[in-house]
Amino acid sequence: MQRRTMKPTMALAAALAAPAILIGCATAPSDAEVATKAAAVLKASFREAGQANLDRLVQDDTQKTCSEYAGKVPPKDVAERIEKANFASIKWPADGKYLGDWKNGERIAQEGRGMQYSDDPKGPAGANCYACHQLAPQELSYGTIGPSLYQFGKSRGYTDDIRKYAYGKLYNAEAYSACTNMPRFGHKGILTEQQIKDVVALLMDPDSPVNH
Amino acid sequence: MRSIVRCALRGAALVVALAAPLALGQGTTVDEIAKYRAALQDGNPAELWEARGAELWRQKRGPKSATLEACDLGLGAGVVKGAYARLPKYFADADRVMDLETRIVWCMVALQGYSDADARKAPFGGPDRKSDMEAYVAYVTSESRGIRMDVALGHPKEQEAYRLGERMFYFRGGTHDFACATCHGEDAKRIRLQDLPNLTKPEGAQRAYTTWPGYRVSQGELRSFQWRLNDCFRQQRFPELVFTSDASIALTMFLARNANGAAFDAPAIKR
Repeated sequence: MQRRTMKPTMALAAALAAPAILIGCATAPSDAEVATKAAAVLKASFREAGQANLDRLVQDDTQKTCSEYAGKVPPKDVAERIEKANFASIKWPADGKYLGDWKNGERIAQEGRGMQYSDDPKGPAGANCYACHQLAPQELSYGTIGPSLYQFGKSRGYTDDIRKYAYGKLYNAEAYSACTNMPRFGHKGILTEQQIKDVVALLMDPDSPVNH
Repeated sequence: MRSIVRCALRGAALVVALAAPLALGQGTTVDEIAKYRAALQDGNPAELWEARGAELWRQKRGPKSATLEACDLGLGAGVVKGAYARLPKYFADADRVMDLETRIVWCMVALQGYSDADARKAPFGGPDRKSDMEAYVAYVTSESRGIRMDVALGHPKEQEAYRLGERMFYFRGGTHDFACATCHGEDAKRIRLQDLPNLTKPEGAQRAYTTWPGYRVSQGELRSFQWRLNDCFRQQRFPELVFTSDASIALTMFLARNANGAAFDAPAIKR
């Protein structure tokens, strides 16, 4: 008997569920559903090559959150959360010195290789700063994704605070500007501490061509 | 009053004088590159790939010794003219959305009897090997030259592919946190001296999508759109994008659809 006649509660549940199912059929999948599927499809669409393994498709919190804002600036509270978490990850130099050799810094700024599956995993990675920024005025082949850094130190002052800021920004740019386009060179192990210091020198040494 | 104006003018002149050498150097470099690119348009070696592709298309090949002439690229069996301007699209026989390369693989399997793996063996050419796939792509795309991009989102699976592709376009990952949008999400940006199209807007997507495939002078190869995506992800520091993978089709759908309305103009020639 019970099989043929629905209990009142079940009938009620069915009556409530029916429109929901209809709505579910009629409307497109939600953004969250699309995001989940997109991540799964991506994972199935890549294969390991050279030094680039599939872990690179596993997003950390910053990458995941910034992807959700699809190129737009996240709301203030979200941005502050991202910046705070990333700032806490910065490993400051043990010797308290931020300035390396600007000539090495210039080489690092010019070098585009590093971390691609086509690159030698043993070779040091470059920072490829010129891909996105103007730096030394002699180099005319510079990109414009980031702001010009010409006269970075000269215009801001050669102070310890600015040196520290430059080091922190290079180490983890997300600590200062949530969802920036700039990579987290220290946090992600792209550059060593010494390499970051050398790039800081390119920006902050009064002798660097950037400040001429 | 007059002295203030004179002073302001002198200041402005100083700024111009300081800025001029920089602006001049930059402008000259960009102009010279533009001239070089214009010069390249005269006589495009892509025609060699187009001719080889057309010949291979009509050749009996594979275990079944059949040609690809009966391949249905979306406008009916045997219709090549204008087919690329409507891809990717949903194909009922495969019950999925396919881009050109995926469809060619499908036809090689169905008509010529190749195994799926054999059909995918040489997607891109290199110094030591020619890619028949890139020749097929050159031929088929050349048959859409001058035709307006008209990619439909009528089928739910086409809509899904578009939305997945859009999502993937903003997906940040890897060692450098890069997404497609990092380089292709804003107007008038450059990487080094290379102009970057904003692929989120119709003008940018149209300009970029309608000029692929392209003969790459620096590589001496004709490069398909599948290759273009593959190489973008390499530079993005991602692992390797699998040829004709679902992600590659979804991204192609997103970009091709955004290019709707523009006349297709490839195979082109690139630096």
